[in-house]
Parts: sequence; C-alpha cells; structure tokens
Amino acid sequence: MCLSIPSQVVELHPETQSVTVDTLGVKRTVSCHLMEEPLAVGDYVLIHIGFVMNKIDADSAAESLALYKEIVEKMEAADA
Amino acid sequence: MPELQLKQLYDGFRDPRTVAELASQIKQLAAKLEEPVNVMEVCGGHTHTIMKYGLLQLLPDNIEFIHGPGCPVCIMPKERIDQAAALAQIPDVILVTLGDMIRVPGSEGSLAQFRAKGCDIRPIYMPLDALKIAQENPDKTVVYFAIGFETSTPMTAVLLEQAEKLGINNLLFHINHVLVPPAIDAVMADPETRVNAFIGPSHVSVITGSQIYQPTVDNYHTPVVVSGFEPVDVMQSILSIVKQKVEGRCELENQYERAVSYKGNEAAQQKVNQYFTVRPSFRWRGLGPIPNSALMLKPEYRHRDAELKYGERLPVKEIDDHKACQCGDILRGKAKPQDCKVFGRGCTPKPR
Ligand code: SF4
Repeated sequence: MCLSIPSQVVELHPETQSVTVDTLGVKRTVSCHLMEEPLAVGDYVLIHIGFVMNKIDADSAAESLALYKEIVEKMEAADA
Repeated sequence: MPELQLKQLYDGFRDPRTVAELASQIKQLAAKLEEPVNVMEVCGGHTHTIMKYGLLQLLPDNIEFIHGPGCPVCIMPKERIDQAAALAQIPDVILVTLGDMIRVPGSEGSLAQFRAKGCDIRPIYMPLDALKIAQENPDKTVVYFAIGFETSTPMTAVLLEQAEKLGINNLLFHINHVLVPPAIDAVMADPETRVNAFIGPSHVSVITGSQIYQPTVDNYHTPVVVSGFEPVDVMQSILSIVKQKVEGRCELENQYERAVSYKGNEAAQQKVNQYFTVRPSFRWRGLGPIPNSALMLKPEYRHRDAELKYGERLPVKEIDDHKACQCGDILRGKAKPQDCKVFGRGCTPKPR
C-alpha cells in the first residue's frame, strides 16, 4: 500500500480542492488538501491513497536521467 | 532540455542497462570493503523492488539485505485486528479500512472472514471515501480503521478535518498510525543486530523530509540513503552506501531528490500535529512494545475515538506471535525468513 505513483495533472477543480490526474492512461480525481502551493496542468505529482503528496521536481528527474544516459553511453563505448 | 514525459519517470528509472552498469560499479567498489554491508531496507516497497527486479542476484556476496519493519500491514499485532473485528460486530457499525488490511489474520480470523460472516466491513482505496459512506448511512456509525506510517497519517488527518467541518458526526476513528524512527531504534537497540546501513523509506520522507533519519546517522554511525522505489533508484542508493563505507563516512544522503526535500511537506506535517499526539506505547508484531512508536488522537478529538467510545467492548488481551515466531530475529538480521520453523505451518500470513 505504500507505493505511490507518478502522475500528471490534467484538470484543476479548485471548488473541491481536487485535481484530475493521468497515470499512464488511467484518469482519476484526487484531493489536494495536503498541497499548499498551487498546482498547474502539466505538473508531475506523486499520488498516495487518493491524495497528491507533492510535486515531482521535473528538472531534478531530468538531471538524473541525463546522468544515467551518460553512464550507459560510457559503458557501451567501453564495450565496443 | 527536451520536455520530460510522464513515461520517462517510469521507464527511465527501470532501464536495465543503467541497472547493469550500476551493478558493475558496485561490484568493483565492494571488492574494497573491509566488512560486509548489511543493508536494512526499512520499507516493504523497497523489498518489493529488490525481489521483483532480481537485484539481489546482481550484487556481490558481501552486500546483504535485511528486510525491515516498514510494512504497516505486516507489523500490525493480532490484538489490533481483533479490536477491528469486535467493532465490526457491534450492531449498526460499519467498519471501513484500506484494502490491504482485510486479509491479515487476527486471533479469531481476518476481517475478510468476519465480512463473510455478515459483518459490514468495507475495504476502500482512499480514506476520503469514508466520508461518503458516513453521509449515506446517517443512522449508522462508521469507524475508519486507520493504518500506515508517516506517509498515510496526513490523509487520516484530512478525513477528520473534513468530518469536523461538514459536521459528519457518525464517523469515528480507530488509530493505528505508526512511526519509523522508533522502529529503527528498536532494531538497533539489540547489541547483536547486524544492520550497518539503511535505505530510508522515501515516501515517508516525502511527508517528513529526509531530516527524520539524521538521528539514525548520528546515534548509530550508519549511512542512511533515502531512496526512490524504482530499481535504478535502489541500485544508485546501494552504490552510495558502498562508497560511504569504503571511504569511512556515515552520512545522510538523499537519492530521491526529485520527490524528497530535507524538510518534507510541511502543510501535511502541520495537519498531523493538529490532530495527533504520540502514543506512550504500541506493540509491534515481531518487535513487541516500543515506546512512543505510534500516534493517537489529541484529547480535543476524543469524541471521534472509537477506542474510547467502545472501550469496554474491545478485547485488550495481547496476543503473542506464535511461540516459535522469529520475526524479531529476522527484523534484526539475525535470522532469514526461511529459517522460521512455523512459516507456512503455524503461521500463514496472507497479505494478498
Ligand atoms: S513466518 Fe515466522 S517469523 Fe514470519 S510472521 Fe510467521 S511465525 Fe513470525
């Protein structure tokens, strides 16, 4: 039960303090009662038992992914 | 930088080539280790990743995993489940709980078995669903059997806040929220514990911040790396732990920077502090009673506390684990799950 999953905000519902998120094709509405900062369409968030827990820092994620890409490229160059 | 796609947040952190490369870096570095590293992954989520992606097979023999007490379902002692079952047997009570909980056996059976006998027990996926059930059943009392670590407590706080705000008075709570740091202390208090590094449960830290593990680092001189749940995350965290060990450091590191900050989600922490206070003691399956290791409602909200309201009807007898149960030793890394003589015989936990 402790796995929370990355999703993307696709619709805002300020009247009910909730947002609709897309989790790889599955859409559902979740609460943002735990979020102080406002969310925007396109934001990446972590969802846990029906709540947005936080925003995922897209820059930091992209940075990690770039680092991994570099690691793999180096490895493949060494193998070649 | 090209725009990040949601899919990359999954695939990028599961890439088998990255996992393989990190594994070979770990292997090289681990050859320099003077003593084996016994990493406790506190949280069931990491255990799941390690099993599902076969990470164990990729690692050298001098790195071992010890599965920690971080699954809220697994650490629930039988008497708490017996209490839930007792609540569900009171006429006009609807017992509501998160789906995973209903198959875990108490001393008289699981909640699923009580439901089959006619008790009104409803598994839900999100705590806020309990509001609707309470609204739709004004002549019944709905009891939310609340479970979970720091990750799940703020959601219970919001449920309570909404019930108060909307004047939904037929919603009560049976609180079983537990805390990670006291459980780590219980593991480390045993002088024979073999644990000498931790992978920190990241979703706990999404809420609390990575800060909650600083005392672990300071008190036990062990590295703690807060890690994401994908296989690449876990491998990178192990690499960091091995690096620390080889260089003779023990520090708090945050591998999961894309989702965890040092301070965490302060709005969520504030809600928890508004409604909850520390419970003097809570018994954990396998570890026994641990002081200050769980939460309870603040006195201002005692009118919502099912444990108080139905106190006389709740069994308080502590039900010990099977005599031969080795959970405590397993959690301290002194025994392996397969060493347990009653596994699958006297003990048949069925979380799924
Ligand atoms: S398998 Fe053994 S150690 Fe695990 S819960 Fe059952 S009795 Fe305890």
